[in-house]
Amino acid sequence: MSIIQLNQVSRHFTKGRQKVEVLNDLDLEIEEGDFLALMGPSGSGKTTLLNLIGGLDQPTAGSVEVAGRQLVGLSSRKLAQWRSRNIGFIFQFYNLLPILSARRNVELPLLLTRLGGRQRRRNADVALAIVGLGDRAGHKPGELSGGQQQRVAIARAIVADPRILVCDEPTGDLDRETADEILDLLELLNREHGKTIIMVTHDPKAATHARRTLYLDKGSLVREAA
Amino acid sequence: MLGQIFQITLLNLRNLPSRLGSSSVIVVGIGGVVTVLVAILAMAAGFSETLNRAGAPDRAIVLRGGSSSAELSSTIDLQRSQYVATLDGVRLASGELYTVADIPKRATLLPSNVVIRGVEQSAFEVRPELRIIEGRNFTPGRNELIAGRGASAQFLGIDLGATVELRQSDWTVVGIFESGGSAYESELWADLATAQSAFRRFSLISSMRVLLEEPGAIESVRGDFENNPAVDLSITSEEEFFRSQSEFLTTLITGFGYGVALIMAVGAMFAALNTMYAAVSTRTVEIATLRALGFGSAPVVISVLVESVALALIGGLLGAAVAWFGFNGYTVSTLNQGSFSQVAFDFAVGPDILITGIVWALTLGLAGGLFPALQAARLPITRALRGD
Repeated sequence: MSIIQLNQVSRHFTKGRQKVEVLNDLDLEIEEGDFLALMGPSGSGKTTLLNLIGGLDQPTAGSVEVAGRQLVGLSSRKLAQWRSRNIGFIFQFYNLLPILSARRNVELPLLLTRLGGRQRRRNADVALAIVGLGDRAGHKPGELSGGQQQRVAIARAIVADPRILVCDEPTGDLDRETADEILDLLELLNREHGKTIIMVTHDPKAATHARRTLYLDKGSLVREAA
Repeated sequence: MLGQIFQITLLNLRNLPSRLGSSSVIVVGIGGVVTVLVAILAMAAGFSETLNRAGAPDRAIVLRGGSSSAELSSTIDLQRSQYVATLDGVRLASGELYTVADIPKRATLLPSNVVIRGVEQSAFEVRPELRIIEGRNFTPGRNELIAGRGASAQFLGIDLGATVELRQSDWTVVGIFESGGSAYESELWADLATAQSAFRRFSLISSMRVLLEEPGAIESVRGDFENNPAVDLSITSEEEFFRSQSEFLTTLITGFGYGVALIMAVGAMFAALNTMYAAVSTRTVEIATLRALGFGSAPVVISVLVESVALALIGGLLGAAVAWFGFNGYTVSTLNQGSFSQVAFDFAVGPDILITGIVWALTLGLAGGLFPALQAARLPITRALRGD
C-alpha cells in the first residue's frame, strides 16, 4: 500500500526574471515501510522533492498525497499540524536547540500534543534509549559528539511516532564509522519499527543501507536501483 | 496554540543570557527614554502641584481690575482694602504688599527674582497651614524677614540669623516657615508697614487674600464688585489663580518632555528593531526547525514580540526606578511667568507618571519587535532551514 504518491509534480522557482525548473512532471509512489534513498547531482531536485513530501513546500503543479492526505492547497497552519503528526525530520546539521538538554530537544514535538509533562519526559527517555543515548539525556548538544547529536535528532524525529522519516543528508556531516552507525540505526527503525524512510544522500555507501535508490537529474527520475 | 506560544516564548527567554550584550541595548535605550520622560513630567507635575497646593477652596485673591492674574502689577489703596474687608461673605481679609528683589541663587550664583511679601497678622490667620519651623516670626516695625523653606534652600544668604540687603537696606532673617510645600515657601515675608516704608509703597498694598465664609461666597463678592465698577477690583479663587499661573509653564515643560522623549524614543525603537532583527537572524535555523516540527507561525510572532516587550519592560522599570530614586523630591526652582519670581518646587514622580513611562516602554518594545517577528514567521521554512 503506497503511503506517498506524487502525480505530475512540478516545482519552479523564480530568480529575478528567470524561471528555474527544479522538478518536472514527476511521478513517484512509495510503499509504506519502504526505505528509499534519493541520489543525484547537486541541483537535481532531491531536497526540493524531500521538502514536498515533508510538507515544507508546495508544488507549482501536480498532486502530493502523503499518509492519506492531499497536501496541495493546505494552509500553512494545517500543514504544520499535519507535519507534527506524520513526519519526523532528520537534518544534515542536526538542528538541535543548543540551550536545551538532549531530553528537552527530543521532547519538543511532544509539546504539540496533549501529553502531560511527565509523560512527555518519559516518552523522550524511551526515544533516547532507542537511539542508544539513554545515559546522555541531561547533556546539551554542545556536550555531545556529532554522531550523538544526530542520534538525539533521530530520537526527536521518532518521539511522536510519525509514520514517515524524512532525512536530508543525515550522514553528510559525520565520519565514515559514525555515519555507518547512524545508517544502521535508520535501518533498524525501518526494519523493527516499520518507519517509512526517505533519505537524500550523496554517499553511494549510505544508499546501500536503503531498500531501493532513486536517481534524479534535472528534476526528473532517471533510474532506480534496488 | 497558547501552549505553543508559552513553550516558544520560554525558549526565547531562556535564550536571552546568550544574547546579553545585544539585549541590553533595548533595555538601556528604552530605560533612557523612560528616565527622561518620567523626570521631565515629574518636573511639570511638581511645579503644578506646588502652585496648586497654595490654593484653598475658601480663599480668594482680590486684585486691581486690570491685573487679573499678577499681584506684581496690582495696586490697592487703603480705602478699597477697607471696603473689601466689610463685604458680605468675607470672613477675614489680609492686605499684602507684593514685590520682588534680586538675590543670587545658590546653584548658579546668578541673581533671580524672589518674592517679598509684606503682611500683617491676618495673613497668618488666612493661611493656617503656614507655620514657623525655625527661629521666630518677624517683629512689626523692624527690618526682619521670615523665609519660606524653599527660598532658604534656593537663595544665597537666606539663612536663619543672616543679614540680607534688599533695596539698600539690611534685613535680618529671623525665621524659616513652611506652608505644606506650596509656592509661599519660595517667598520672603516681612511686616507690611515696614515693607511699605522700605519699598516706598506708602499705604498701598498689592493684593488681598480673603477668607470666605464658604467657597460659594466668591460669587457674592464678585457681584458686589460688578455692581460697584468704581472700585475696579476683581476676585479670583486661590485655586483658579494658581492653576492659571502654572498652566503655561506646565504645558511648556510637558510638551518639551514629550518632544525630547519622542526623539529619544525613535532612536530607542531603531535600537530595539536592530536588536530583535539580529536576535531573529541568529536564530533563523532554530525558528525554522521549530516551524518544520509543526509549531505555527503565530506562536513564533508572538514569542518574538513577548521577548521584545519583556526587554522593554525591564528597561522601562529600570528607567522609572532611576527617575524615582534620582529625581523624586529633588528640589529646584524656576521662574514663574505668572508672578515673575522664582518658585522652588520638588520633582513629583507620581504613579500616573510612572505608568505613562511604562506604557511608553511597552509601546516601544512592541513596535521594535513587530517587524522582526513578522520576518521570522514569513520566511519560507525551506530557505530558513538553510540559514538564508
